[in-house]
Amino acid sequence: MAQLACKNLEIGYENHVVLKNVNFTVNKGDYLCIVGENGSGKSTLMKTILGLQRPLSGEIVFGDGVRNNEIGYLPQQTQAQRDFPATVEEIVLSGCQGHAKRLFYGREEKELARQNMEKMRITQFAKRCYRELSGGQQQRVLLARALCATRKLLLLDEPVSGLDPKVTAEMYSLIERLNSEDQVSIIMVSHDIGAAVQYSDHILHVGQEMFFGSTQEYLQAGVGRRFLHVEGGGKQ
Amino acid sequence: MSDFFEMIALSLQDDFVQNALIVGALISLSSSLLGIILVLKNFSFIGDGLSRVTFAATAIASILRLSSNNNMFVVLPVTMLCAILLLRPGQSRRIRGDAVIALISVSGMALGYLVLTKFPTSNNLSKDVCTTLFGSASILMLSQTQVWLSVALSIAVVAIFVVFYNKIFAVTFDESFAHTAGTKVAAYNLLIAVVIATIIVLAMNLVGSLLISALIIFPAMSAMRLFKSFRSVTICAAVFSVVCSLLGILVASGAGTPVGSTIVAIDLIGYFVFCLISAIRRRA
Repeated sequence: MAQLACKNLEIGYENHVVLKNVNFTVNKGDYLCIVGENGSGKSTLMKTILGLQRPLSGEIVFGDGVRNNEIGYLPQQTQAQRDFPATVEEIVLSGCQGHAKRLFYGREEKELARQNMEKMRITQFAKRCYRELSGGQQQRVLLARALCATRKLLLLDEPVSGLDPKVTAEMYSLIERLNSEDQVSIIMVSHDIGAAVQYSDHILHVGQEMFFGSTQEYLQAGVGRRFLHVEGGGKQ
Repeated sequence: MSDFFEMIALSLQDDFVQNALIVGALISLSSSLLGIILVLKNFSFIGDGLSRVTFAATAIASILRLSSNNNMFVVLPVTMLCAILLLRPGQSRRIRGDAVIALISVSGMALGYLVLTKFPTSNNLSKDVCTTLFGSASILMLSQTQVWLSVALSIAVVAIFVVFYNKIFAVTFDESFAHTAGTKVAAYNLLIAVVIATIIVLAMNLVGSLLISALIIFPAMSAMRLFKSFRSVTICAAVFSVVCSLLGILVASGAGTPVGSTIVAIDLIGYFVFCLISAIRRRA
């Protein structure tokens, strides 16, 4: 059974359909990239998967041991967060908020936070203030937080936007390691079509033309070749 | 100058001043805690807006001939309702947050004044209005019931903040993440709104509706100048707020100045001191 399956999903707002006939599945260990032009409905789709807004019709089914509050979400940062007075540790620990019925974090949660900070190599920043870190370090903090919320499925929203090329490459390799070593399934919304086809094993292309399939199939398909040509420029 | 301190020493023995100090400390403690959430959520001005609603509601309550002990039953629900409306999550909203606050703020002010002029409760209208806007000596004339009510509500607010500390942090830092992690964001926003309304109605007694924002904003802003973790900001804001309010009440009772404005003036001085320390620290 798939961890996440979307069937005939129609998404949008009250009187405006953004996307329809969205069909795709995510199985354990998959690395899915959601690509498409600006305004094609990528973020609306993501909000719908996360349950931040309701689908107009169709269904989203979680399975294979994943419940709908077990998605680790890496949101895009807001301006308010960049100035937020909080230490790295406090933020990573807040990833455990869904775990216990209790209101305070116990030894178990602190240990989980410590492990994930180690995994993201931010242990040395634990007591530092979040707003003093660089963009790449901040993303690793939020990723460690997401890992506290899940061991199974990560949803990343433009994880490299605003990062320089070197940090971008590091971020991608961190994500790849999580996917290959820890078997964490990845769903990534991305503008970076070059990296999307390089790292992912499945592609969901949304917009006027819809496509879902393996990355190989996408590279062969007309929609994929056209999109790569326009967006990727000479990168291929 | 020695007169001034004698006045303070003398007033400290006064039951009413002692009451004022207790109530003042508790109200500033709870408003500083709430203030951190509001400032970080970019809702600094909500205190302003809601306190004007409270002004209007108080005016209406006075037409209904409710005594100042009973008007809480009209004022509190009305303010809560407005707080809930203002803090609704943003996506479905048609008008932007700051515009709504401005709308409510202006309307509250106008309606309150309108009602008061049409149905004056005493002969001295401008003094009444002035009292509601800037607070009065009324904090120095609290009845025993009012003291107990304030004490009980403040303790409730502080208890809520302590018990839900982690959830409040999570919801304030990142609402969408909190939602995906299974936290009931809407419920916590509702709780925050209700608590804010309570604080504002309470703080009306202390500083009046024009100056309530000061109690909410100054402690949080000052603490954020110096501290880096959410926990230390919280503790510092609470201490800052209590100390400034106690000083304010004492100075006011010694120098005969209005309590509300004195507290705010001391908050302002405190803020500048914190700015200075942070500037020196940065240079060092």
